Amino acid sequence: MHTDSMTQATTIQLPADWRDFFALTKPRVMSLVIFTGLCGLLAAPGTINPVIGFTAILCIALGAGGAAALNQWWEADLDGGMKRTASRPLPDGRLARGDALSFGILLSAASVMIMGLAVHWLAAIILAVSIFYYAVIYTIWLKPRTPQNIVIGGGAGAFPPMIGWVAVTGEITLMPVLLFAIIFFWTPPHFWALALFVKTDYAKVGIPMMPVVAGERATRQQILIYSVILLVVAAAPWLVGGTGAIYGGLAVALSLAFLVLSIPVATRAAGEGDEMKPEKRLFAFSILYLFALFAALVIDRIAYAQGLLG
Amino acid sequence: MTPEEEAEYRKLQKSRNKVLGLVLMFFVLLFYAITIVRMGD
Repeated sequence: MHTDSMTQATTIQLPADWRDFFALTKPRVMSLVIFTGLCGLLAAPGTINPVIGFTAILCIALGAGGAAALNQWWEADLDGGMKRTASRPLPDGRLARGDALSFGILLSAASVMIMGLAVHWLAAIILAVSIFYYAVIYTIWLKPRTPQNIVIGGGAGAFPPMIGWVAVTGEITLMPVLLFAIIFFWTPPHFWALALFVKTDYAKVGIPMMPVVAGERATRQQILIYSVILLVVAAAPWLVGGTGAIYGGLAVALSLAFLVLSIPVATRAAGEGDEMKPEKRLFAFSILYLFALFAALVIDRIAYAQGLLG
Repeated sequence: MTPEEEAEYRKLQKSRNKVLGLVLMFFVLLFYAITIVRMGD
């Protein structure tokens, strides 16, 4: 880091481009955050003023952006050591580290304050917990220490639908907890499928990712175990009577497809030069799965609200 | 700072200020809308 301090000094003299600040918020990850948050909000029983609803989703997005900026502030050195992340604004020297920290804190604090003042304080508290969970508990504490880091990190991504739901109802009931659980159990098989076919250099920077620490075989078995749990968890909102049959049917069908696609991944061993087709297929489907599942939740709610069914 | 560097500096500064201005304007409108909605509650 110190060897190129000369070049860094000259780069940092220039005011950072706003696009680099924007990149700090991990805009691509945010699409899923916004979508699941919006689905939680739309599926919740009750109504919310469109302006307040929009503000709630904006706050969820701002909070996620703030947490992402804090994550990159902390991991700048690690990111610099990995090919995939070396060109991010901080390791590339386009942005000063202190600026990233201030930006992250500003976004996080603003999102929680606005959520509390304009929408609901319980939703604001959960948002604050989720930011703390991702930036501190996950990024700083557990990610570098345990191969279960993805399982724990999944918790951070699982908050948005819960926050969206609570923004409408103002209380934590079983349903928002189940929505949380769905993303929580979906994240590990989703990420590990990717980890199997993308050879990352996490090992080089000392992050204990599951395939590196426990081996490929154990990772494959874990994917199958989580897929089975996911089948039960995804069907749970319907089983407990929180949704109708539209969601129930789609959730079971989608989760069965997820399980079927994870079986070849779990049972095979990839040799040299393997194309990793089953792993790529499972990963691609996992993204579609989550979007479809949450869309089903909203469709189910609207259909019953309109009296189309039952 | 050479004139080229200064021009680059000003350019970056200007584009950043412009974006910041737009963001602030957006929040002014948003808070106005929130206030109106909340007053109706």
